[in-house]
Amino acid sequence: MYDVYKIRRDFPILSLTINGKPNVFLDSAASAQKPSKVIETMHHLYMNEYANVHRGSYYLSEQITSAYEEARSRIHQFLNTKSDKEIVFVRNATEGINLVAATWGKKFLKAGDEVLISEAEHHANLVPWQMLRDELGITLKIFKISDEGEYLEEEYLKLLSEKTKLVAVTGMSNVLGTVFPIKKMAEQAHQNGALFLVDACQYAVHQKVDVQDLDCDFLVFSGHKLYGPSGIGVLYGKYNVLDSMPPYQFGGDMVDTVTYEKATFNEPPFRFEAGTPAIMQAIGLGEAIKYISSLSMENIFKHEQELTTYTTNALSEIKGLKIIGQAKDKGGVFSFNVEGMHPQDLAFILDKEGVSVRTGHHCAQPIVNRMGYESLARASLGLYSTKEDIDALVAAIRKAQKFF
Amino acid sequence: MTIEELIDNFAFLDGWEEKYSYIIELGSQLESLDESYRTEEWKVRGCQSQVWLEPQIKNGKIHFKGDSDAFIVKGLIAIVLMIYSDKSAQEIKEIEVEEIFAKLGLQEHLSPSRRNGLFSMVEKIKEYADALK
Ligand SMILES: Cc1ncc(COP(=O)(O)O)c(C=O)c1O
Repeated sequence: MYDVYKIRRDFPILSLTINGKPNVFLDSAASAQKPSKVIETMHHLYMNEYANVHRGSYYLSEQITSAYEEARSRIHQFLNTKSDKEIVFVRNATEGINLVAATWGKKFLKAGDEVLISEAEHHANLVPWQMLRDELGITLKIFKISDEGEYLEEEYLKLLSEKTKLVAVTGMSNVLGTVFPIKKMAEQAHQNGALFLVDACQYAVHQKVDVQDLDCDFLVFSGHKLYGPSGIGVLYGKYNVLDSMPPYQFGGDMVDTVTYEKATFNEPPFRFEAGTPAIMQAIGLGEAIKYISSLSMENIFKHEQELTTYTTNALSEIKGLKIIGQAKDKGGVFSFNVEGMHPQDLAFILDKEGVSVRTGHHCAQPIVNRMGYESLARASLGLYSTKEDIDALVAAIRKAQKFF
Repeated sequence: MTIEELIDNFAFLDGWEEKYSYIIELGSQLESLDESYRTEEWKVRGCQSQVWLEPQIKNGKIHFKGDSDAFIVKGLIAIVLMIYSDKSAQEIKEIEVEEIFAKLGLQEHLSPSRRNGLFSMVEKIKEYADALK
């Protein structure tokens, strides 16, 4: 039994009031709130066990190194990777994608090669490829989705060819909520000899990820959207792919032996983790994963799917409101426009009612424009979201409508 | 209306609902921007709504017109222009805009983290004033 009201008590911030109103937090897609367990673990370690990792052979350093590596191991289990050597700690998903572009991309791509992405990518999975295109003379191909935000297989296959060296797509759109059939897409990419990268920033938060089943070559996500701290993210890469890549940055920890003349480099994942890492954040992320695993990803998925249906119905009843992104397979992200009302105005009023939503282009300007807008409001669900949150959102939107 | 009169009027408003309705009304009375200024060039940076600013120099003073595609922002612009328009560069420099917004209970809207363009608009006004000197 998934008792969401009980679960909410694990998130201290949710019991706060905002402008004297209950905290109706509907911006988890931007960053999720953290359970006490994550906050307390980090606090406890700073108070009792802090030192640098992979350094000293003394008690504190050994303790913290083992906690840090245990976090890596938790992520390895969470994603069902073959080994924990396939988990590279990065700052966030953005850095993970940049790392792939700068190392794998520069080594293996040459003029005439193609990188294929969808129309619905976050800037993080668009701009790095534009930069690489300008630098290397590769071609960036972008496959279309439907006006409803639906994935269109024929559009994908039309642009996939033996020239495609990498397909990089979001598992779930942060604007439209569309869930892409990444397992099948990866298989089709492989048939054409391309590697497959999943931007799992949203995807991994809402459903179980099994990288061996998906058979993707790379997968990235950000810890802060997965109920963990900010400043930590994960790049998964198949070991042989990671091992074929040159380092990203240079310095301590990523080297094997160093003389004044030259250096040899460590093996993955350490090759890609130059300098002192985000130690506490990595451990905090491990704790977040432990927490969500205790609730079970299947239960979270079920809860959110029910609430997604509830939200779709509730929002659809508001006159003049249009949900942007109505794919059949979609997660709990609702971008919408209310006729006669600018999203910014709407957000001001929702804020006064204690309802937090995001407005703007959501760092995915091209897809917002492609759907015909400059700016959209977006409500997004987390594992702690309730029908009451949605009722409060609906009431606040109706109240806002009276102003215009 | 002067800004002092506006502060007086605000004192009679009850709660944020009345305040916002009043702000929206102020926006609707804003002197309209010349169409030729509704372009990228005259846009003020701000990520959530579009904001334009048109400066005109008349007798050593700067007359500003502004607009936004969002109604509340437009009303807030009306207030900003009430504060800054038709002043000399020196006068603009001396204005304590945060203080005035605090008196109106609208300080949160001037915060750089709000990214509603209003903060950038004030910066832009100061830049124009600097350039004039
Ligand atoms: C689909 C998607 N990709 C990438 C990102 C970038 O995440 P971060 O800013 O944590 O690197 C986000 C965050 O908004 C996202 O939703």
